[in-house]
Formats: sequence, C-alpha cells, structure tokens
Amino acid sequence: MKTKVLRILPFLLMVIAVLVIPPGVQAGDYPSKPLTYIVCFNPGGESDLTARIQEKALEKYYGHDVIITYKIGGGGAIGWSELVRSKPDGYTIAGDNLPHIILQPLMRKNAGYNTLDLKQIYIFESTPDILVVHKDSQFKTLQDFIKYAKEHPGVVTVGGSGSNTANHLGTILLEKAAGIKLTYIPFSGSGTAVPALLGKHVTALMTYSTMAVRYKDKFRPLAIASEKRMEVLPDVPTFKELGYNVVEGAYRGVAAPPGTPDHIVNYLADVFDKVMHDPEVIKKMNENGFKIEYMKPAEATAFVKQKMKQYKALLEEMGLIKK
Amino acid sequence: MHLNSKLLDSIEMLEHILGGITNIFTAKNLLLVVAGTVSGMVVGAMPGLTAVMAVALLVPFTYTMDPTSGLVTLGAVYMGCIYGGAFSAILINTPGTPSSIGTTFDGYPMARKGKGEEAIITATIASAFGGIVGVIALIFLSPLLAEVALKFGPAEYFWVGVFGLTIVSSLVTGSFLKGITGAAFGVLISTIGIAPIGGDVRFTFGIPSLQGGVELIVALIGLFCIPEILKMVYNDVKTQEVLGYNKEKGVMWKTLKYVLSRPGNLIRSSIIGTVVGILPGAGGNIANLVAYNEARRASKEPEKFGTGIPDGIVATESANNAVVGGGMIPLVTLGIPGAPPDAIIYGVLMLQGLRPGPELFSERADITFTFMISLGVAAIVMVPVGIYGGRLLTRVVSIVPTRFLVPGIGIFTIIGSYAIRNNFTDVFLMILFGIIGFALRYLGYHPAPIVLGLILGPIMENGLVQTYLIGQKYSVPWLALVVDPLSWILIALCIFSFMWPYFGYLKRFIKLSSTNR
Repeated sequence: MKTKVLRILPFLLMVIAVLVIPPGVQAGDYPSKPLTYIVCFNPGGESDLTARIQEKALEKYYGHDVIITYKIGGGGAIGWSELVRSKPDGYTIAGDNLPHIILQPLMRKNAGYNTLDLKQIYIFESTPDILVVHKDSQFKTLQDFIKYAKEHPGVVTVGGSGSNTANHLGTILLEKAAGIKLTYIPFSGSGTAVPALLGKHVTALMTYSTMAVRYKDKFRPLAIASEKRMEVLPDVPTFKELGYNVVEGAYRGVAAPPGTPDHIVNYLADVFDKVMHDPEVIKKMNENGFKIEYMKPAEATAFVKQKMKQYKALLEEMGLIKK
Repeated sequence: MHLNSKLLDSIEMLEHILGGITNIFTAKNLLLVVAGTVSGMVVGAMPGLTAVMAVALLVPFTYTMDPTSGLVTLGAVYMGCIYGGAFSAILINTPGTPSSIGTTFDGYPMARKGKGEEAIITATIASAFGGIVGVIALIFLSPLLAEVALKFGPAEYFWVGVFGLTIVSSLVTGSFLKGITGAAFGVLISTIGIAPIGGDVRFTFGIPSLQGGVELIVALIGLFCIPEILKMVYNDVKTQEVLGYNKEKGVMWKTLKYVLSRPGNLIRSSIIGTVVGILPGAGGNIANLVAYNEARRASKEPEKFGTGIPDGIVATESANNAVVGGGMIPLVTLGIPGAPPDAIIYGVLMLQGLRPGPELFSERADITFTFMISLGVAAIVMVPVGIYGGRLLTRVVSIVPTRFLVPGIGIFTIIGSYAIRNNFTDVFLMILFGIIGFALRYLGYHPAPIVLGLILGPIMENGLVQTYLIGQKYSVPWLALVVDPLSWILIALCIFSFMWPYFGYLKRFIKLSSTNR
C-alpha cells in the first residue's frame, strides 16, 4: 500500500504543480504586469499579422512585455468565449473581428459569448472585400463579369473565406445589387481560397484587400467594397462608383473581458492609439493592404451596435434568421 | 540564343547557390542553424509540442535579427522538429509530432527488442536524406512543381482524401474491417465543431469550447500515449519489464550500411514526401503514412512490416523531412504555404518585406538561397546530434524507473494537449481519448486508422461539398467530381490501392493452379 502511494505521489505532485498556476500578485498601479494579447485565428492570417506588426510598438508604449498567444477554433469563437470568462484586470485582451463577433451569436445557438460582452478597446484596421479574378481571365471589368453572370445564372463561382463571413455577405450583397445569381464557394480561410483561383478552379474570389495586394501580379481586382478607393490600390474602382451599393469587409480591433474598469480600457485605448500612429506600424500596415482605423472605445462600441442592427436586418431579409 | 540564355540562367543559379553556401558558413548563421536544429529536435521529441508551435513561438525572436538569420533559424527549428518526433515515436510509442505516426509502427517494436539505438540511427539517416531531397527539389524544381500544385482543385482533394483512406488496410495488419471501422470513427470525430461549409454547429452537445472541433494532437496524445503509459504501469507492476538497451559495437556503421544498401525505399519515400508537401493542406502527417504504405507494398517481405524492421522507419522519416523542402515550394514561388509551419514563415517573409514569387529568386536571391541551403545544412546537422543524442536518450529511457518515467511522460501529455490551443477542454478530451484508446487497443483496434480518418475527414468534406457547389452548372452536380483528367488518375490510383491486397490472392491463386496442373 505504502509503495503504491509512493509511486503515485510524484505524478500527483507534478499534476498539481501544472494545474495550479499561482495567481498573479495584485499591484496598485496599472500597468505593472505583462499584457496577454490573444489571437483567435491561425498564425499567418490577417489577425496574426496585425498583432505581429503592432507587437514591438505595443511593448514600447505599454511599458511592459506583451505576450501574444493563440486560442484558435470555431472561427474565433473559442478565443472570445474564453476572453469573456477571463479576469477583467486589464492584463488579458483579445483581437476581435467584425462581422464575426456579431454573426456568430446571431447564427449559433450558443457561441459561448455575446457580442456586447466584449468590451471594445480600439478598432484599428479594416480590410474591405474585393472582387478579384485571375490575370488570364476573360473578365476585364466588373461590367464584363456582371454581364456574363446575368446570362449564365449560377455558373459563375466565387470563392471566399468561410460561411456567414464578410466575404460571404459581400457576395450576397453583390448578387442583390446587380440582380445576378452567383455560386459562393466557402474555403477555410482567405489563404486557402488563393490556390483555387490561381489554379482556375473558381471564377473569382471575394476576398480581403490584403490578398489583392499580396497577389497583385497574379490577380486582377475588379472592384472594392469600400466607401473610397484604397491608397495601395489606386486603380481599383469601388462598387459604389460603378453603381452597385456594396460596402462590406472585416474590421479588426481589441477587446477586454466584460467588467474591465473604464480607466483601464481608456489607458489601453491610448496605448493602441499611439501604436497605430507609429510611423513604422503605419508603413507596414499600408504595405500589407490594411486600412488603418482609429476608433476609440466609445466610437468602437457605437460602431459595433450600428453594425449589429444592420446585419440583423440583412440576415432577416435573407431568411437566415427568424424575425 | 535560347541555349545561351539557359546557360546564363544556370550560371547565375550556380552563383546564387555558392553565395548562399558562403552566407551559411559564417560563424553566426552556422551557430543559429545548429541551435535551431537542436532546439527543434527537443521540442519535436515532446508529444504535443509541434513544429507549428515551435516556429510560432520563435517568431518574436526573429524581429531583432536580420531577415537571413531569422529565416535560417526558423527553417532549422522546423527541420529539427519534424525529425525529433521520431524519438518519442520509437522510445515511448507516441509520435512527437503528427508527422511521425508511422514511425511508431516499426520503431517501437525495435526499441522493445533492445534495438532502440539502431532505430534512432535509422531515423536519423533517413531524416537527413529526406530533408536534403526536399531541399534539392526546392532549389532546382520550384517553378515547375508549383504549377503541379495548382492543378489540384476541390475535386482532386476529395480523391486525395479517398486515396488516403485506401491505405488503411495496410496500416494495420490483421482485420481490414477493424481498420475501416477505426477510420470511419476518425472521420466522424472530424465532423465535430463548426461545419467548414455552411457554418452549422455540429455535435458540440451545447459545449461552446467544442466549436473548434477535436484537435489532431489531442487525439494523437490520447490514443497513442495514454494507453502506452497505462501499459508501462501495468508491466512494471506485473512483470518488472522495462525497455531493454543493449550496447552494441559498430551499430552505427551497420545501420548506415543497411539503410544505404536499400536506396529504392529512401528515394521513393523522399519523393512521396516532397510531392505531398507541395500540395497545400497536406503535410507530413499524410506523407509519412503514404510512404509507409508504399514501402510495404514494394517490399519483398511485406509481412515483416510492423514487427520492427528498419525499412518502415526509413520510409516514414525520409518522407516527413522531405515535406519541409516540398512545402516551401509553393510558398516561395506562389506565396501559398504548403504546410502549416510554412504559413508562419510566410508571415515572417511579409513582415521582413520579402514578397514570395519570382523576385525572391532574382532580386532577393541572396536571402532566398541562403535560407534554402540552410535547410539542407540543418538536415546534415541532425546526423551527429541525433546519433549522440539518440544514444543518450535511449539509455535514459531504459534506465529511468517507470515510477519516474510515467509521471514525466504524463506531465507532457497534459502540457502538450493544453498548449496546442491553450484550452483546458483539450486536456479533458485528451484523457477521454486515452480511455477510448486503451479500450480499443484491448479490442484489437489500432489507433492509426482513427487518426488517419481525423486527418482526412476535413480534406474530403471540403473537397466534396466545394466540388458539388462548383458543379451547380451541370445538370448533375456530382459530375464535377469526375470531369477533370487529373481526377481520373487519382480515381485509378484509389482503385489500384484498394484492390492491391487482392492482387496478392490472385497471384497466389494463379501460382497454385499452375503448380496443380
């Protein structure tokens, strides 16, 4: 009996040591500890790239270490449902994405979080939807594309990242605005859709501006779903210019757990404001095709609420959710 | 004229290669390669800590380095990590990374026979060879091979998945029915979470953290490692049996001679690894199993596979390290990551202002060629480190009493399954899979087909539904699955692979009837 206990003892001790992580020492002044920045998507994707671009400047303005960790899965839902259960002490934040944080709680029975549980700190970038075709494609302009799609309903395939995403909604909005029928093909991430267009397995991609910049020598952008043209893509007309009211894309920012004190949220917002005004960060964001946004907590929250209404109305109209 | 320009091209290429070699053999870069390879090996040897994680963790450190040093370090870590997975596969029957699943089939039986060191040396030589083959393909054949990758559309991916499932019969000796049942179970598990197409929530039983589905690593640790730990405890209590270690003189040369005397297996497996690596979405996890299958098919004594012969290790380990170079091919030419760690390396390239594509080979050739050659150097560095490290590790595992070894490994199963997504649900899932794995092992089910199903499930599902959607233009949408000539080739391969075991019967039958006459 005794030997058995002895045998199990080291194992138990080590399990306990691993499971019981000592709680951090509480200090008076914020910030006094490293900041944990959760990325909810795969390394190498847009969210990760943004965090990595910010990392150096963030450490400089925050004054302590910044630890970037990944909590991946469920289209971001895993990370966000964990964030809303984290301690609201301002040392844990997560990157969050629109429309994901609005659409998931709307479409899923239990996404693990509510949109407004995520306390918006700052929305710092957006990537408008952009319609691209292969360089060799017969479609030179959006008009060519729409004309063909009108004559061949359902034949034109448009790849994009995931279902019920900004890419998916952008495609639906285009169908509505132009009165055409396209076939949307979801891929698991904006990166995985790229080979499908390069190999000409789909007619076009509804993707993010970043992808159009990345593959600018292989893709031909037809139109971008932003209000104004983007600086890095000056020759690409907006859908609006061409007479189609399609404005859609993904917005990315950071959020804190519910109940995080306002002074801490404001402090972090100031830090991110400085980060996004850092020349090096601005340069890299632009190079990679991101559109920089400067939305502080109040503005970001108002923006999320406005988008919630808009998406709810759109989904109801499409019959994807019940009124 | 044409010939002339070609000659000029090759001279230029030679210059770049020589330049790359000179860049690598500076004290700093060489040190980074060695350090990267060694730390990669250590991480790879720990079940649950994967190449993706190791590379991602290192990214912040590369910011302070110049682009060349940063990339060289990441590449070395990746290469070392894939190789390191063989250690735990051989010594504790648990693949250190999903790329070494097949290494357990023969590696562990060898270790049980006291030939652990021989198994590790075999793995080392094979890994180095495979790694170098992948790098050679990367340097010389990149533009050509990248085009091949693009030919694979959704329909082709579906058939690749089906082909993967046809190797189930040879993964497990014994019951084909049990193999296919296991694979079906694996495919079923892969459907947990958010549907890749349509976004429906499936089989989460109302638990939000299941939205992410079952992570491969979690199932891998649970199914392979936990039953092994339980068995170790059982054996220790009952029979006091431990892993043997026989010191053998000249084992290194003997093994080297044996491995090199069968170049067919090495070359075939390395090519399989390179080709699988090129396909985006398929990586070392599939390559090692396919190579094992083909090695067994080509072998004159297929019945010996699975009993502990070096040939099995040669196949899996050369294939998975060839994936490293192969996976970089679409990355450097098209900007498409061939395997998950490549996606991170892509991010680093972007941050350093290096755009994948032809200019990487022309204007930025100094960096690109140094990086590619450093991968080859990392593969060579693995040899001395692996052989000495392997000897040490084998001895340690055989000396350390079970009562220390078991909790030690136990801790790693917990850390590994937690670290993959920083999620506690994964730890519970891992333990659940451990119980399932333990029960299944007693019922005669091998865990490999389950894991294979889990890997291939999403590939097949995506391919099937995407193809169906693309096929909307036909009156029968499913036609899209079979319209492409490349699909025909893959379908033929599937049929051939599925029928293979029966060819053996046919041959025997013909022989029998002719001798009877």
